[in-house]
Amino acid sequence: MRRGWLRWAIPAAVLPVLALLAYGFWTNPREIPSPLLDRPAAAFTLTTFAGSPLSLGSLRGQVVMLNFWASWCRPACYEEAPALERTWREYKDKGVVVVGIDIQDRDEAARTFLAEFGHSFPNAPDPAGRVAVDYGVYGVPETFFIDRKGRVRFKHVGALTDELARQRLDTLLKEPS
Amino acid sequence: MSRGLAEVLATLLLLAGAAAAAPVDEKTVHDVAAQLRCVVCQSLSVADSPSETANQMRGIIRERLAAGESPAEVRAYFVEKYGEWILLAPRKSGFNLLVWIVPFVGLGLGFVLVALVLRRWSRTAPPRAPAAMDPALRERIRREVSEMDRP
Amino acid sequence: MIAELGYAATVVGFVLALYGAMASVIGVRTGRADWLRTGERAAVGIWILITACIGAMLYAFLTFDFSVRYVAMNTNRGTPFYYRITALWGALEGSIVLWAWMLSIYTLIVVVRYRRRQPELYPWVLSVMLGILAFFLLVMSIPAPPFERLSPIPPDGRGLNPLLEDSGMITHPVALYLGFTGFSVPFAFAMAALIVGRTGDEWITITRRWTIVAWYFLSLGLLIGGWWSYHVLGWGGYWAWDPVENAAFMPWLTGTAFLHSVMIQERRRMLKLWNLTLIILTFGLTLFGTFLTRSGIIGSVHSFTQGSIGVFFLAFLALALLGAFSLLAWRTDHLRAQGELDSVVSRESVFLLNNLFLIAATFTVFFGTVFPLLSEAARGVKVSVGAPFFNLVNIPIFLALLFLMGVGPLIAWRRASAENLKRNFLKPVLAGIVAAAVLRLFGVGNVLVLTAMALVVFVAGTITLDYGRAVRARRRSGDGWSAATWGLLLRQNRRYGGFVVHLGILVIALGVAGSQAWSLQTETTLEKGQSVELAGYRVRFDGLSASEESNHFKVTGAFTMTTGRSSFAELRPARKFYPQEQTPIAAVDYRLGWVEDVYLVLGDFARDGSRATVKLQVNRLVSWLWIGGLVLTLGAALAILPDHRKPA
Repeated sequence: MRRGWLRWAIPAAVLPVLALLAYGFWTNPREIPSPLLDRPAAAFTLTTFAGSPLSLGSLRGQVVMLNFWASWCRPACYEEAPALERTWREYKDKGVVVVGIDIQDRDEAARTFLAEFGHSFPNAPDPAGRVAVDYGVYGVPETFFIDRKGRVRFKHVGALTDELARQRLDTLLKEPS
Repeated sequence: MSRGLAEVLATLLLLAGAAAAAPVDEKTVHDVAAQLRCVVCQSLSVADSPSETANQMRGIIRERLAAGESPAEVRAYFVEKYGEWILLAPRKSGFNLLVWIVPFVGLGLGFVLVALVLRRWSRTAPPRAPAAMDPALRERIRREVSEMDRP
Repeated sequence: MIAELGYAATVVGFVLALYGAMASVIGVRTGRADWLRTGERAAVGIWILITACIGAMLYAFLTFDFSVRYVAMNTNRGTPFYYRITALWGALEGSIVLWAWMLSIYTLIVVVRYRRRQPELYPWVLSVMLGILAFFLLVMSIPAPPFERLSPIPPDGRGLNPLLEDSGMITHPVALYLGFTGFSVPFAFAMAALIVGRTGDEWITITRRWTIVAWYFLSLGLLIGGWWSYHVLGWGGYWAWDPVENAAFMPWLTGTAFLHSVMIQERRRMLKLWNLTLIILTFGLTLFGTFLTRSGIIGSVHSFTQGSIGVFFLAFLALALLGAFSLLAWRTDHLRAQGELDSVVSRESVFLLNNLFLIAATFTVFFGTVFPLLSEAARGVKVSVGAPFFNLVNIPIFLALLFLMGVGPLIAWRRASAENLKRNFLKPVLAGIVAAAVLRLFGVGNVLVLTAMALVVFVAGTITLDYGRAVRARRRSGDGWSAATWGLLLRQNRRYGGFVVHLGILVIALGVAGSQAWSLQTETTLEKGQSVELAGYRVRFDGLSASEESNHFKVTGAFTMTTGRSSFAELRPARKFYPQEQTPIAAVDYRLGWVEDVYLVLGDFARDGSRATVKLQVNRLVSWLWIGGLVLTLGAALAILPDHRKPA
């Protein structure tokens, strides 16, 4: 004589496992939430491709759009590059600075990239990857939006669009410094 | 004369400086790197991964250890930047304790189950109740036995 | 045109499979053999159709037909000829086709072998196999069609993932899939047995060889995967506890448990319910593995992913597991044990413990693999579960299994007397202890390594002892040397096949323990002419050279390696730059040896060739993993030989 209900325990036990797996469809294993949000942005001092110094501290008081890129990052970095330049041109007089940091790249390939898109905002290479790690970068492109008080407020992974950039920058510009 | 002396002094200072920088044990770098997940690979540690990112991360580990940070502090730095996700094995606290404990609990339960099964098997099988007999057969046996009993 | 025909073949195949599954059931329920025959003909038809699909795909590959999306994504004009053929299974859609093709071949074998021998079970077996085929053909038709067209037609394809341009690519998926699909047959028989109510030992006896063959191919697939990881991926390791490696490992673990516990059911008629559970679990885990690779829910180096295919697989997994376990629950009354035990110290206990540890390992791997998902669901935090966790929990379990491997084959059934224990185990145990002591003297301090080595010696001792005794006994009863040694193996091929397989596992265990414990590595930047030294090997950097290959640009380093005894070799590790890949791919150079491999990876370099960063590894005992694989092959072959024993 078998207890009637116990025998159905095994098929029933499968259900929570299946539910968990189904939950997996709503997650994206490649997207890691950043622990840097609402925390002070890490300071850095680099030298731009043009040879001038670039430090985060000197940009305090302005809204900073910090973009990590690489010339080998196809197609995303190539897709967003025109949008970055357009955003820069639109917002440079409104108290916004766009900064590009090039990671794990070769010098000429990087310069070719910059020339191709005619970037007029400061770009600097990050030779040992220190700044990338300081910002928890795990792929390119990634863009960080830093407010006037120097805190990281938003992070965008993947190619940036004009609308998204505008949206974020407008939000941060409305805040008092 | 004084210039020569200055040069000698400068060289000595440089040498002294080089010696003062903490010599970093490669093994420690490797150990710390082995606990961190390479962010561009899938399951490799920073120690194992041949990727450029991992190379750079190892360089950063080396730098920080050389600057006097302890392995735990270096790990904490990476967790601060990337979140708990960067540790290759979850920290043994809070919800994460589940993953560390459940396998052993499961093993323990399994042992108990095996012990119970073995005990059940090694008890002698209880004598089975005789199967219900066909009534006609039973009647026949009863008749024949009673016939046998007659003198 | 060909592509459209291929797509039509897929859809027709799907309909045929559904039809055939139903026809077989109708045939057996109504007793009308002609229905069953149409089911069989459906199986033949499906095989023809899938083969035609493969033919169509090969044609597209060989004619550079970039209008077919699959061809354009996985080859380009520079892809070498043989890789254009193996690209067939290089990505998602093609891998499903390969899976379905193997399943169709197995179904045909089932048709041919069992239509007369197993009239009661066979129709249900056929129906289940056709049902599984129907699912895979459905996947080929809807979420993952291999013949999708691309418009506009690109002038050149994207190319095969360069990591896959390797001999391992040709064999690893094939072996692995032969293993995965192989388990469908015992599963189908188990379902048939449950449906028909014949839950005795027949289904196990019939499927014994299938189980061994499937298990063997799965083992082979895992080993080839390790070899491929070792010599291609550039990190000098062979197993990373990557989620998809785990997903292939789990059915291997439960399959091994199944292989062993069916022996208890065969000899002692016990564990019927458990064996059915095990085969359902194993089949479910093979599906889970494909689900994991293709659904994208857990990131992995293997993830093909994308689209709705994950939903299809999860639905089928749910159907298979819930259906099979419900069948089992329905029939539990038929599954009473009939055997008893006289003592806890007996072979039955050892087998039970074997199963316990294997299931514990399976559970650990499963829980660790899905824990990131659980953590995210429960508290929204992403965590990683990697090698440190899996190693910590699994190593003690594997050591325990090693121990059981030595005890199991020799300990008596039902009750092992003290005499039996002493006779079989005293000398091997002593040998193990001595081995550990000797290693300790030589400076090996790590407890785990000492234990592992002691156990390896112990198990080898038990095998040698048993075989030696058997040979001596045969000699004493008059057999010549050849009959006593070789003939013995053939006569009791099941037993000795098992022993040789255990020996293979031992060799692999030796390789794993040695490589984890004693491998060395160093990383350094060298100027031209400079050398780096490790474990007696000196490697000198001589320069760099660049070359243009058919589909990539290659920078090769020239290194000269010398050992103390002045033998030298040229190592030429390279970095390959593929236009379609974002980062360069390392091509490792290595010299394999019985005891140690020298392994050189080229990292960063200066454009003018004056400087290069290299990682030098001396990996110990890794070759024993592959040697173990060979031994495993011999053992499995021996175990499935037809019985030489003449009927009494």
